[in-house]
Amino acid sequence: MFMRPMFRLVPDNLNFHYMRGRFLGLAVSAVLSIASVCLFFYPGLSLGIDFKGGIIMEVKTPAAADIGKIRAALSGQGLRTEGVQRFGDDSSVAIRLEAQATEAATQVVVTKVRTALEAAQPGTRVLRTDAVGASVSNELFRDGMAALGFSLAMILVYIWFRFEWQFAVGAVVTLILDVTKAIGFLAVTRLDFDLVMVGAILTIIGYSTNDKVVVYDRMRENLRKYKTMPLRELIDLSINETLGRTLGTSLTVFLASLPLALFGGSTLSGFAWCMLFGIVVGTSSSIFIAAPILLFLGEHRLRRDAQPAKAEPGVSAAEPKGS
Amino acid sequence: MMYFSRLKTWTVLGVCLAGLLLCLPNLFAPPANWMPWRTIHLGLDLRGGSYLLLEVDMTTVMKERLDSLGDNARQTLRRAGITRFVVSVQQAQQRLLVRINDGDKQAAALTALRELAAATVPGQRPDLIFDTQDDGQITITLSPVALKERAAAAVAQSIEIVRRRVDETGVSEPIIARQGDARIIVQLPGIEDPNRIKELLGKTARMTFRLTDETANVTGAPPPGVDFLPMEGKSGQKIAVRRRVEVDGANLTDARAGQNSQNGDWVVNFTFDSLGTRRFAEISRANVGHPFAIVLDDKVISAPVIREPITGGRGQISGSFTAASATDLSVLLRAGALPAPLTVVEERSVGPELGADAIRAGAIALGVGFVLVMVFMAVFYGLFGWFANVALLANLILMAAVLSLLEATLTLPGMAGILLTLGMAVDANILINERIREEVRNGRSPLNAMEVGFQRAFSTIIDSNATAFLAHVMLFAFGAGPVRGFAVTITVGIVTSIFTATMLARLFMVRWYASTRPSVLPV
Repeated sequence: MFMRPMFRLVPDNLNFHYMRGRFLGLAVSAVLSIASVCLFFYPGLSLGIDFKGGIIMEVKTPAAADIGKIRAALSGQGLRTEGVQRFGDDSSVAIRLEAQATEAATQVVVTKVRTALEAAQPGTRVLRTDAVGASVSNELFRDGMAALGFSLAMILVYIWFRFEWQFAVGAVVTLILDVTKAIGFLAVTRLDFDLVMVGAILTIIGYSTNDKVVVYDRMRENLRKYKTMPLRELIDLSINETLGRTLGTSLTVFLASLPLALFGGSTLSGFAWCMLFGIVVGTSSSIFIAAPILLFLGEHRLRRDAQPAKAEPGVSAAEPKGS
Repeated sequence: MMYFSRLKTWTVLGVCLAGLLLCLPNLFAPPANWMPWRTIHLGLDLRGGSYLLLEVDMTTVMKERLDSLGDNARQTLRRAGITRFVVSVQQAQQRLLVRINDGDKQAAALTALRELAAATVPGQRPDLIFDTQDDGQITITLSPVALKERAAAAVAQSIEIVRRRVDETGVSEPIIARQGDARIIVQLPGIEDPNRIKELLGKTARMTFRLTDETANVTGAPPPGVDFLPMEGKSGQKIAVRRRVEVDGANLTDARAGQNSQNGDWVVNFTFDSLGTRRFAEISRANVGHPFAIVLDDKVISAPVIREPITGGRGQISGSFTAASATDLSVLLRAGALPAPLTVVEERSVGPELGADAIRAGAIALGVGFVLVMVFMAVFYGLFGWFANVALLANLILMAAVLSLLEATLTLPGMAGILLTLGMAVDANILINERIREEVRNGRSPLNAMEVGFQRAFSTIIDSNATAFLAHVMLFAFGAGPVRGFAVTITVGIVTSIFTATMLARLFMVRWYASTRPSVLPV
């Protein structure tokens, strides 16, 4: 443990033909992504308070909470609640209310909830209040989507600059497939989709791209190294060579996220579960999606310099890398 | 790649040492005030506190501008000897419509009205656009530029007033800042229940002293120049108050809550400035025996009868006050009136014990995650994995150092960002180690394998980190609130991890190789 590695993630000279499974991989991915898109429209995402607007209050009652009494007091104030439920221990209650028509009305409701609580169980303390008005939540949603859209665009441009366009298209198509699956995961698990979740999806995008870049980098290197190897074999070789790194990094990020999911508390556990799912999807898509797409796009183009007679100087496979 | 000059070695170690020093302020209180003492701040979600997002009501700002412009237009026309005209406000088009019914005075009216624009601040562009329509009506439109300036001024003034009001409540270290065109962020550390502050900020607190109209019948329609305003604390009762403002609350220099010496009722004592004193003396002298009204935000809080001229510039407001409401009113009067009403559009408050829970949860996750990653690296990469682990610790320290230097705010998502960075930081080491292992397999000598491994892995490391970096810069640019903390920790972590993984870990490997000269690498 202190000197030599105790285990190997991947045996030396692994020779696995991933491209044989390319149709299966793409088909499974397509089905999952289509299903995710369907889930996105029905039942849809459970939007968090950031994006939907509304009020969430976490309160602590002096004795065991009397949910019935709290409900009665709230409806006594003319409030329609979305949920009043216990969480954690007996005296912790979460109250959710819908977004009100105007910002000012939202504030009135917050005050009313406080009054109702004081009437139901005097001495109740409000530990957390989140009240987001309708216009703010719309803006937060728009900004969140802008962040997602712009980062996808920036990544496309970056890969475009550093690699050939086939790589860029392959990476972005794969990323879109990854992101749709993450959204499907959120729709199935009913985790709240909020700003923190946008952060999670962006991290998945960043991580997944990172993974693809490493595999692509090796393909580019091998394209120069083995001038006559068919693209299909070359892709398999590149994946085999980088598999140790791919699995190693996936595992470390997975290990880092796992405690967040288990001990991170309500705010972070949803984020972390989404991350864990994204790591699995992102890692498998590097191998089974991004590479086959490149094979389809590049079968006749990237290998042009394999036949020196037909070579075109402008479309050689890769620029020389810094050494 | 495998040669470190003495200078380079010391630079790398120096950076790590500097990082360690920069972390220290987080652990100790500053020994002296003059010392630069930059620390990481805890976000409200970790330390407890309230976050309010306020919106300045711009339609009110515009409406008031149009109303006062309308009043000025009427006065100007009358002064010009024009009597038959109609001035109407068209708020949607942001303009005034003036119809002159004295047919021959059209040109004179236009000339007179043009002075309205000239009367504004000299040296600035006229803020009014004049136009004559086909049917002879004159339109006076507020120019968009001037409107924008006015809106900006209103927000700036609101921020100042909000700051004064919050300061009066004694909240420590409040953060009050502008956001976007018409919003104000108010952060109140340690304030679990922001209700009182919301109430203080929710009032425009424009106080005016006006005369009443004793002849008006409050059940009918109000005569011109008179408003029927409700009496505070007495529902249903209305008082006929003249629109003309005799003295404005802006002419107050001080206001304090106190108790009436005779009956012990809570009152607010105030002092006028010199202009207010003079105006109030004139009015009270001319109206002895008549009531005047003290109006706060379109409600009459008190309507006493003037018994004798008040020339000392001091007065007392008595109404149905409690100790708290008298104190609040005095705070509002001291701080001044808001130029427009504020609405709370977003509120987030967290009690301190939830914050403490969040810190504990984050710390446990961070600790467990750190150990898991270190064990993984040790098990799968042996000695080189340990080098990576030491580099990882250095990375944590450097991250803390940079965050301290930036005086960044650490939020709960920010802690998640640190943890993810740790997971991803070792990626560079994994890339390098795997590459070296491959080169060894290809039959290279140890030194050569390390050399080539580093060299080849480096461009991959840059490529893969650049994309993650771009994604999080976007999140920082568009995200709001705690998520920005996440974006900040990750972007900082990406930069520091490139340094620790490619420089520090490499330094360890070079020193180790130089001292042991192994014939086989432990990969």
